[in-house]
Amino acid sequence: MSLVSIKDVRKSFGSVEVLKGVSIEVGRGDVVAIIGKSGSGKSTLLRCINGLETYDAGCISVDGIDVGKTRGNLRDLRRNVGMVFQQFNLFPHLTAAENVMLAPKVVNRESAHITKALAKETLAKVGLSDKADSYPSQLSGGQQQRVAIARALAMRPNVLLCDEITSALDPELVSEVLRVVERLASDGMTLILVTHEMRFARDVGTKLVFMHQGKVHEEGPPKPLFASPGTPELAQFIGMQH
Amino acid sequence: MNDFSFWVILSNLLLATRWTVLLSLVAFVCGGAVGLALLFARVSKIRWLDTATRAYIEFFQGTPLLMQLFLFFFGVALLGIEVSPWLAASLALTFWTSAFLAEIWRGCVESLPKGQWEAAETLALSYIEQMRYVILPQALRIAIPPTVGFSVQVIKGTALASIIGFVDLTKAGTMLNNATFRPFLVYSLVALIYFALCYPLSWYAHRLERQFNVAR
Repeated sequence: MSLVSIKDVRKSFGSVEVLKGVSIEVGRGDVVAIIGKSGSGKSTLLRCINGLETYDAGCISVDGIDVGKTRGNLRDLRRNVGMVFQQFNLFPHLTAAENVMLAPKVVNRESAHITKALAKETLAKVGLSDKADSYPSQLSGGQQQRVAIARALAMRPNVLLCDEITSALDPELVSEVLRVVERLASDGMTLILVTHEMRFARDVGTKLVFMHQGKVHEEGPPKPLFASPGTPELAQFIGMQH
Repeated sequence: MNDFSFWVILSNLLLATRWTVLLSLVAFVCGGAVGLALLFARVSKIRWLDTATRAYIEFFQGTPLLMQLFLFFFGVALLGIEVSPWLAASLALTFWTSAFLAEIWRGCVESLPKGQWEAAETLALSYIEQMRYVILPQALRIAIPPTVGFSVQVIKGTALASIIGFVDLTKAGTMLNNATFRPFLVYSLVALIYFALCYPLSWYAHRLERQFNVAR
């Protein structure tokens, strides 16, 4: 059974329809890379999965929990769905460890003992054990993004959504973040990534989704699709990237 | 002639200053508490709550404080409830203060990047938890200088309470003037005392603002 099921989802901003009936099934352990031009609706789709954005029609469910069309009680859903943003969005008044511990402490009411262990474990996983007491402003972009990943992991989500997480980084910092994501993928974490990193999508992804004008234009295993795109739009898009 | 020496005038004014300070404190503390509640209502995404709060704020910001004092003092009396000048002044100043503080603080909250809300929301924090752990700690830092600055307005605002018979610094000045017929001396002293109360606050607000700008 799919972990994340997106069925015929539609969404308009005013008179502009950005999602025109999108369906995607994501299985446990899948690494889904969503690619496409800006304005193709990929970020909006991602934000619909954890209810940051509402949608107008269709249905989305994660691990059997329905993501309603209205902003209802999404607490249970969001405990299971982590998200990492393009702009990191770390809490600047908290240290790296405090950023990681906040949600386990407040939402899951874990003891200080457990949250400390969680912070240690997740920061180690992203290679930042020595930065636990640093504030975000003292960290590089790449380090901040890795803390953001650790923060999401601390809630032990079933699926992690990554919204262009390397787009705001200096080129030399991209690879340290991608390495962390790659390790998560090999550990079996279910990932849905909106990305512009084509090589990463091809090498690490188990499924490629190409979005075009608010629809899934093409989808399938990444390597064959990259080698021989089925549509001129994908061919052109991949060509553009190189 | 008159047996009011300079020192008698001054000491009487200083005694009345206690009430000005007390009224200012009550207005500021209670107004702050109500203002915080208004802030929560104002930035919540519940439409009717936002609309109701906005109407409240518009009313208290858009009418003179003096009219509000009259409404509380005479209006409530119409309902058959006896209101002392002290209670009417406290209520009117509390509501007036809350309306301004809520708007000052809303500006501070809204100056934070939207991503802060989204990150907190994504981590499954409830609205109250988002405010408590993520938004307010950051907004507070920005809010302190303008809040301290506004406390000066509150102190000066209490002077109007003298009109409904509350014996504060201004009222004491009026009474002393009636007894001594030395308006220039009396009101100069009154003004000096107000200045002595307000200036340290505005100086402190400026200092905090500079500190904050440097820290950024």
